[in-house]
Amino acid sequence: MALVALWYVAVVPMNAQWAQDQARRAGAELTLPALIADTMSQQRPRLPAPHQVAAELWNSTVVEEMTGRRGFMNTGSLSNRSLVYHGWVTLSATLLGFAIGSALGIALAVGIVHNRAMDASVMPWAIASQTIPILAIAPMIIVVLNAIGVTGLVPKAIISTYLSFFPVVVGMVKGLRAPDHMQLDLMKTYSASGGQVFAKLRWPSAMPYLFASLKVGIAAALVGAIVAELPTGAVAGLGARLLSGSYYGQTVQIWSALFAAAILAAGMVAVIGVIQRATLRRMGMAA
Amino acid sequence: MSDTMAAPVISARDMSLTFQTNDGPVHALKNVSLDIAKGEFVSFIGPSGCGKTTFLRVIADLEQPTSGTITVNGMSPEDARRARAYGYVFQAAGLYPWRTIAGNVKLPLEIMGFSRAEQEARVEKVLELVELSGFARKFPWQLSGGMQQRASIARALAFDADILLMDEPFGALDEIVRDRLNEQLLDLWARTEKTIGFVTHSIPEAVYLSTKIVVMSPRPGRITDVIDSPLPRTRPLEIRDSPEFIEIAHRVREGLRAGHLDE
Repeated sequence: MALVALWYVAVVPMNAQWAQDQARRAGAELTLPALIADTMSQQRPRLPAPHQVAAELWNSTVVEEMTGRRGFMNTGSLSNRSLVYHGWVTLSATLLGFAIGSALGIALAVGIVHNRAMDASVMPWAIASQTIPILAIAPMIIVVLNAIGVTGLVPKAIISTYLSFFPVVVGMVKGLRAPDHMQLDLMKTYSASGGQVFAKLRWPSAMPYLFASLKVGIAAALVGAIVAELPTGAVAGLGARLLSGSYYGQTVQIWSALFAAAILAAGMVAVIGVIQRATLRRMGMAA
Repeated sequence: MSDTMAAPVISARDMSLTFQTNDGPVHALKNVSLDIAKGEFVSFIGPSGCGKTTFLRVIADLEQPTSGTITVNGMSPEDARRARAYGYVFQAAGLYPWRTIAGNVKLPLEIMGFSRAEQEARVEKVLELVELSGFARKFPWQLSGGMQQRASIARALAFDADILLMDEPFGALDEIVRDRLNEQLLDLWARTEKTIGFVTHSIPEAVYLSTKIVVMSPRPGRITDVIDSPLPRTRPLEIRDSPEFIEIAHRVREGLRAGHLDE
């Protein structure tokens, strides 16, 4: 609430210049209440007011789909003017990338924990991969894949993968190494095989770490998908909305796309949180 | 000494174990020889660094001696471990928090490939043995420290190995709980007729439990005295006030002191 209030306060000075310029051209004098009212309701404000963003979010989702000419109710398919459509485009790339990234991250972590050579070699490369700015490498991946005929969902998912495997590797290496010497010795007294130690000790021990890193991973996957949409020529997706919004000075559209992304991220993290609670409760480790 | 007529269950000859550390070699065990007969309750007592835990770990094949020989059930410790000759109880219960008590006891049975019905039957039997029958479906955090340690003993007993190795199993528990567990352990030993190797810091605990007390001293880790207890096998807690008990405790204390004077 304090943030929203602060936001409203900031709207006035940010947009006052434009309002006064307009008034001067019209030869009118603005009173303070009129000035404030104007800063809250401009078409292309520098900083849109919260209610403008909320209204745009509402209009570009529910209203567009229910009543829009190309909306879901009229055509049976999502309107490409609607944030639901763009959100879904981004979400599908995010989820695919996240699934691949998590699987890759877990596989790498298993390799690192069980193989000395991988232990020594993989981590530096994984860290190096994350120091490359994603904004620099994303267009190259898109262009290269496009050149060999891979377009659409997959290139975006690959960039999501690129960002999301890393937290999973780090978390799972830590998690799979969580069992202490005593627990490993105990397994040895049973003459347990490597596979048994993994299935009965390392994997369950790593569960809390897995969920923590999945939460970071899915947020990173969303960022990756949005960034991947920027150089594709702004066809569809939340990234495309951000880009076209900035082309045409549609600040309200940019902000509503940002909020849509934030809501999407919060939703996905919440879903993982629910799965985490259910899993850990079933394991007797109420978190 | 009549029960040493049969071949010993555990037999160490001139066994040494040296750890190479950054500060130079550490002689954890030096020229240790010891026989343990079937059905004995042997305590290893001594100050930190005397090698008592190391000795137990060598029996369990968790450490390998640098020289000398040791046999367990007439085999090398590694073969004995693969033949599942012993159950091991660590200082901490080390139960898996994501398994119920029954699930924890079942763990070695799953690994060793017992049938499902056999697993259930054995879990029920050993939980009854450690008086935890009503707690099978509880999770470890719902149990007290003493009960957790009893569950870990049940886990070590589940696959019915002849030898039970216990590394300061009651070290982290308070005196009252420890007395109770000591009594229960003697009862359990009488009922199962296992051979028990037991590492402890406590003189009363060692004397109360053991048929044989091995006194050890550090730097290098070695055996300074082996005391065959004249106490009867059935021992009420009150036996700790008897003159025989006090006499043995005195001898253990002398042995520990002698070890220190050597330095």
